[in-house]
Amino acid sequence: MKFGIVVFPGSWSQQDFYHVIVNVLKEEACYLWHKEADLKGSDCVILPGGFAHGDYLRTGAIARFSPIMGEVARFAEKGGLVLGSCNGFQILTEAGLLPGALLRNDCLHYRCKWVHLRVESQDTPFTGRMQRGQVVRMPISHGEGRYYIDRETFKRLADNDQVVFRYCDERGNPTKEANPNGSLDHVAGVCNERRNVLGLMPPPERAAEAILGSEDGRLMFASILETFARA
Amino acid sequence: MTLSIITPELVESHGLTAEEYDRIRSILGREPNLTELGIFAAMWSEHCSYKSSKVHLATLPTTGPRVLQGPGENAGVLDIGEGLALVFKMESHNHPSFIEPYQGAATGVGGIIRDIFTMGARPIALFDSLRFGPLTDPKNRYLFGGVVAGIAGYGNAVGVPTVGGEVFFADPYSANPLVNVMCVGIARKDRLFFARAGGVGNPVIYVGAKTGRDGIHGATMASESFDEGSEQRRPTVQVGDPFREKLLIEACLELMEGDDLVAVQDMGAAGLTCSTAEMASRGGTGIEIDLALVPRREAGMTPYELMLSESQERMLVVARMGSERRVKEVFEKWDLDAVAIGRVTDDGLLRVLDHGKVVAETPATALADGAPVYRRPMVPPEESADGHRLDLSTVPLPDDYSGTLLDLLRSPNIACKEAIWERYDHMLFLNTVVPPGSDAVVLRLPGGRRAIAVSTDGNGRYCALNPYRGAVIAVAEAARNVVCAGGEPLAITNCLNFGSPERPTVMWQFAEAVRGIGDACRALQTPVTGGNVSLYNESSGSAIFPTPIIGMIGLLDDVGHATGQWFTTEGNLVAVLGETLEELGASEYLAVRLGLVRGEPPSIDLARERAVQAACLEAIRRGIVHAAHDCSDGGLAVALAESCMGRAGSSIGVDLELGGTIRPDALLFGESQSRILLSLKESDWPMLQKIAASHEVPLQRLGRVGGTRFRLQGPTFVIDLPLADLEEAWRNGLASVLGR
Repeated sequence: MKFGIVVFPGSWSQQDFYHVIVNVLKEEACYLWHKEADLKGSDCVILPGGFAHGDYLRTGAIARFSPIMGEVARFAEKGGLVLGSCNGFQILTEAGLLPGALLRNDCLHYRCKWVHLRVESQDTPFTGRMQRGQVVRMPISHGEGRYYIDRETFKRLADNDQVVFRYCDERGNPTKEANPNGSLDHVAGVCNERRNVLGLMPPPERAAEAILGSEDGRLMFASILETFARA
Repeated sequence: MTLSIITPELVESHGLTAEEYDRIRSILGREPNLTELGIFAAMWSEHCSYKSSKVHLATLPTTGPRVLQGPGENAGVLDIGEGLALVFKMESHNHPSFIEPYQGAATGVGGIIRDIFTMGARPIALFDSLRFGPLTDPKNRYLFGGVVAGIAGYGNAVGVPTVGGEVFFADPYSANPLVNVMCVGIARKDRLFFARAGGVGNPVIYVGAKTGRDGIHGATMASESFDEGSEQRRPTVQVGDPFREKLLIEACLELMEGDDLVAVQDMGAAGLTCSTAEMASRGGTGIEIDLALVPRREAGMTPYELMLSESQERMLVVARMGSERRVKEVFEKWDLDAVAIGRVTDDGLLRVLDHGKVVAETPATALADGAPVYRRPMVPPEESADGHRLDLSTVPLPDDYSGTLLDLLRSPNIACKEAIWERYDHMLFLNTVVPPGSDAVVLRLPGGRRAIAVSTDGNGRYCALNPYRGAVIAVAEAARNVVCAGGEPLAITNCLNFGSPERPTVMWQFAEAVRGIGDACRALQTPVTGGNVSLYNESSGSAIFPTPIIGMIGLLDDVGHATGQWFTTEGNLVAVLGETLEELGASEYLAVRLGLVRGEPPSIDLARERAVQAACLEAIRRGIVHAAHDCSDGGLAVALAESCMGRAGSSIGVDLELGGTIRPDALLFGESQSRILLSLKESDWPMLQKIAASHEVPLQRLGRVGGTRFRLQGPTFVIDLPLADLEEAWRNGLASVLGR
């Protein structure tokens, strides 16, 4: 399976995704330069973390205008798998590929720490190998990760099972203390209606090797590979 | 040449003495014009020329089998085997951070990163050593908050993880906070770049941000003390742009993959002046540039301003003739300006033109290496005779040892620093095997089998009371930290922060500290690969504690040996290598309990230090050590408590007995050197005994890990506390002073 990792100026976790895909999972990966409207035959497109274009405006607000984003939108429309974590999630919401917005953390500063997530939906190409209600451990690293959306749309999201991850404590309870950024209803990740585009704040590539503290992120990659193998 | 009238007042306002001015005239064989005066003043400033410190720095050991590049380049370089080179350097941004904490710290981060990737290395980690006055003062809280936010704001956005460092609070730093930043990078040994302008006729290319009037006189500002009006100098602090820096990193590293570049240098202090003069001087060549070609963002800038601007995120590149197009293409790909502004010449001169007309012309080596070298007078401060004497008979024993331990854990100098480092991305690049919070951070190397251990350390209070011994201890402790993490200490960089060198007592402190660093580095076989000197750290006549900061690099052949300071396993033994003497001088205990900064710092025997480190490293390499922790600030009791408190929620208790005939407060809280706390399985105890004996190092078994209480009993004292009490004191110590 071939993963295409989009590189915007200011992206910084593209090498980390590349390492996990190529060295840990032994799959194929390539970089997709934001100025080129070409996905190079990727089976899954990844929007990595970073500060695309410096994020001096709203996070992701400029990145969505890059030539590659038109291709990413067409790819998603055709049912292609698109995963955005961290800055990638912010860009997907700005591009309208995912609902909602990511606001400044309620503590008003950047936070890099380990968190627990409760899997809310197993019914996506990215979470098939997880169990609903399962608690996974991944880090976060962001200053603007507070998910927000109007109540009405949020209800629709919830009804459609589009909330995929919630912040929780280690026993799986979504609590205020366990919510690192003040996200609405503790939301950490959502998918689109068609379920082929996923955005989440925690970078799964940082939780893919035991030596770094957790292998839970590999469940996401394993789910993607399984989806691809079945297709 | 334009006519100029260089008055004595003008010379003085440039921070040059009359003698220095005469020297400039004799070098040029004429009067300098204003631009030349500005160029000389910047290059001969203390900050750029090291004119007061050079004679002392020359005594440091700088060579060794691992050293590929010692002092004198953008950064030091170590051979770490398997074709890899480690590039590292530390620098201060004290003065700018005092004037404008956020941008001062941010641009400090940006500057040191440029020093690393200009050598062909990808920057992989940042470390910050910070010093502030007590946080009870709102001004200090403002400075501290601004500096931490600046480091986070720049480091996170530029995409270089901030994985370690340290912070210490004490009164004298109210006069001048310290912001020292170290960057570590990894390069292929056969792809290193040096900032030497070679190849006559090669184009000199300007890359990056446009030039503005910001930061003019930054180098001379950093070479003066502060007075009441210092905040007026905010315009001399530059503004950082981490996004553009990220583009520069990627563009330069991409170009360095090919054969198009000869040399790269950051335009840091003294901007265009320093980068041209140093590259030409190191290369034994000359450089000619035309200022009319320099991209600028303000109209009407004079040659003087263009040469001295310290606008950030600019680099000077010497490319191979014929490679101009390729160089331009790569920079354009990354949306960066790249303009050829001159060429390498063979006449040894820095020649500055403006629309083809010469506006400055001086020998490059006279700028880079021709500053006068001063042997400034030195006198030991009077109080070091007896004003610092500590009479322990006047120090009553505490009534409540448990309470004293909690007070120490609450002290901002000892309390948990997670509130700081959780603001920094410390995981990017997937290398962080032992995270911040332990003695040293461990980062795995490309390939994944080997790793480095890195620590920064310094103790201003020790150095204030005995600069020689304090500096020896700074090196020894940094090495010990690296050893506790499983690394073999290889080499150091440093940042030497002192007051005004024009005061003989400060100069004496400086010389003593350098002597200490030299002795310790020779004994521990960790050469000095470079560093930075920051003088004039004082305001209104009051100087900081003399504060040498050491950045130590260690190597692990097997990342599996990476060791943290945290107790992990119920039933494990706890033991201490080394010996506790009756030493309370200069301790955090005296400072916290009685507000005393007195006495001699703990004694240190470098032969014993080596033996303790060797024993610890051997035990770790044999695979029997579950946790290793250096005993430092707050002594054995604090070290034990810190080892009990791992990740929030995973703390574990101990039940221990401390024997000894010395004062119980010295036994618990004294800071005797060359001690390492270890935790291991019962079945491995005989092997540890054998290892300790073979290195002739004392070893004492204290008890066991387990339970939910911290219990430490001695002949005349008992500390018995629920873990929750330790956690409350230690985890909230810093946050509570910050009012959150």
